[in-house]
Amino acid sequence: MALFLQQVLNGLTLGGVYCLVALGLTLVYGILHVPNFAHGAFYMAGAYVAFFLIDRLGFNYWLAMAGAAVAVALISLLSERLVFHPLRNAPYLHHMIASIGILLFLEAGTQALWGADFHRMATPYAQILSLGDVTLPAQRLLIIVAAFVLVLLLQLFLNKTITGATIVAMAQNRDGAALVGIDANRVAMLTFAIAGVLAAMAAVLYAPINLVYSSMGHLVITKAFVIIVLGGMGSVPGAIVGGLIIGFAESFGAFYISTDYKDIIAFVLLVLILSLRPEGLFRKGAH
Amino acid sequence: MNAKLGWSALLVLGLAFPFMAGNDYHLTVMSTAYIYAIATVGLNLITGYTGQFNLAHSGFMAVGAYTVGILTVDYQMPFWLAFALSGVVAAGIGFFVGLVSLRLKTHFFSIFTMCVGYIMFLLIEKWDSLTHGTGGIVGIPAPESIFGLDFSEPRTQYYLVLLFLALSMWIMHRIVNSLLGRTFVAIRNGDDLAQALGINLMRNKLLAFMLSVFFAGLAGGLYAGYVRFLGPDLARVEHTFDMTMYMLVGGIGTMAGPLLGAIGMPWVTQQLQFLQDYRFVVFGPLLVALVIFLPHGIVGTWMARQKRKAAQQQATTQATPPVRLATNKGARRA
Repeated sequence: MALFLQQVLNGLTLGGVYCLVALGLTLVYGILHVPNFAHGAFYMAGAYVAFFLIDRLGFNYWLAMAGAAVAVALISLLSERLVFHPLRNAPYLHHMIASIGILLFLEAGTQALWGADFHRMATPYAQILSLGDVTLPAQRLLIIVAAFVLVLLLQLFLNKTITGATIVAMAQNRDGAALVGIDANRVAMLTFAIAGVLAAMAAVLYAPINLVYSSMGHLVITKAFVIIVLGGMGSVPGAIVGGLIIGFAESFGAFYISTDYKDIIAFVLLVLILSLRPEGLFRKGAH
Repeated sequence: MNAKLGWSALLVLGLAFPFMAGNDYHLTVMSTAYIYAIATVGLNLITGYTGQFNLAHSGFMAVGAYTVGILTVDYQMPFWLAFALSGVVAAGIGFFVGLVSLRLKTHFFSIFTMCVGYIMFLLIEKWDSLTHGTGGIVGIPAPESIFGLDFSEPRTQYYLVLLFLALSMWIMHRIVNSLLGRTFVAIRNGDDLAQALGINLMRNKLLAFMLSVFFAGLAGGLYAGYVRFLGPDLARVEHTFDMTMYMLVGGIGTMAGPLLGAIGMPWVTQQLQFLQDYRFVVFGPLLVALVIFLPHGIVGTWMARQKRKAAQQQATTQATPPVRLATNKGARRA
């Protein structure tokens, strides 16, 4: 039972990180209808900026997280302005290739600046809590709580504020949104900034129990794609549910099937589900 | 006629290259570029001509390479027999992957194939008993000599790779200019329209996919015989990104573009030696700039200009009101 609970907690941790990354990805998809492959590089950049702030400039953990969020929001905004905006009428293939270009640039850039070594990010929450037989590193608890709070805040923002509603409106119907006077440029920029913030915070939360390295975004972003395909591209609840499904599948799979193959589980799940239901789990109508 | 002359000139240049190359290192760079050119030309068939961006392409190249590696090292099969199987195995796996993935459209297809590529990479890395895992396969034999040609020598190896590149280009030329090739282009230009013309979408997409990964597998087989060492990194999606760049620089959906891109870009990389692993600091923005400002690549843009010139000439000689030709679209179809 204790082992089972342990896996549930691991699943929640992983699921929380995946949710945050997938949410940014799905929001951008809702606005642009383009899968942003560079999103994983935003995630990676967030971890590097925070690492730099903590390690070299002596910032505390939370200030570093805020700094990373601002920096990545800027990178994300810039890529919208400089790359995706000029391409808004181009065929989908061009968006995809351009986002790959940004991804390669950011990865090579961080490597050039900080080297190819793996870095360990210090955390002020290194204690290990234990509840009966279940042990829980404080950082993992922090991830679960922070992810929950962030998702809740995002939901409130999207559903309760006018600015948030413009994002939802744009995702639902671009022309309709323009007709009622929503500024498409502003919404696109805002969405990219939010996606950047979410990616950076996810990275800074997860980095202390993982490592910081230039290809750290690869697996996470690929899994985030799996999540939003499963949950329905552009769907916010889909990203949350999908993130938890993949998180649990991985933690239980690693424990009950094989640690070696835990990274494959998400992809095999995607292949299986799309083979049986090409339209995804929660979506009506084909892609 | 002009085109034939150009291709012959390219072939002569290719044949003469070993006599102009300063050293064996140049031969190695060129031979590797040719191997990747074969794979890139294959990627161009599914992406450039059929309009489906396959992100598992380097995975299929690795499948071909590992087919040769495993069969020759662990099962002592002669190289040529294993090599003949490399493309077939890749196309066979491509059949099943395509059957599932081609039901999805546009970026869903790309995301799906990216995941398939990851599965391939992780399987190669983790399945120790079959693929030797992270240690890779070492000691792959050089191709056995035929007619007294020793294929462990750089120059003969170069000609061997060149031969297969020329063959690939010729076969690709035949495919693209056949009814089948036109069918692929029709699918790229619009699923619905193609279907309305009576084209069986699934069957033709699957055929394009299998042909495309056949080239990738073959390139992988050549790579195994040439480099003679294999690691799981060969399957990484970055190699597909590399090939995408070659394709885009030259001109996606043209015959010559991907070839020139794949041969030219490694030499540009050589010039940027001081950047080493950071070459994407330059190439990343280059990729973005190309997509924004020169989406048809060098060859595509050049062909569009030729077409426009021809159209202008026609208009002036006939002295009729000039016919507006959609030059951009024309270039993509060429």
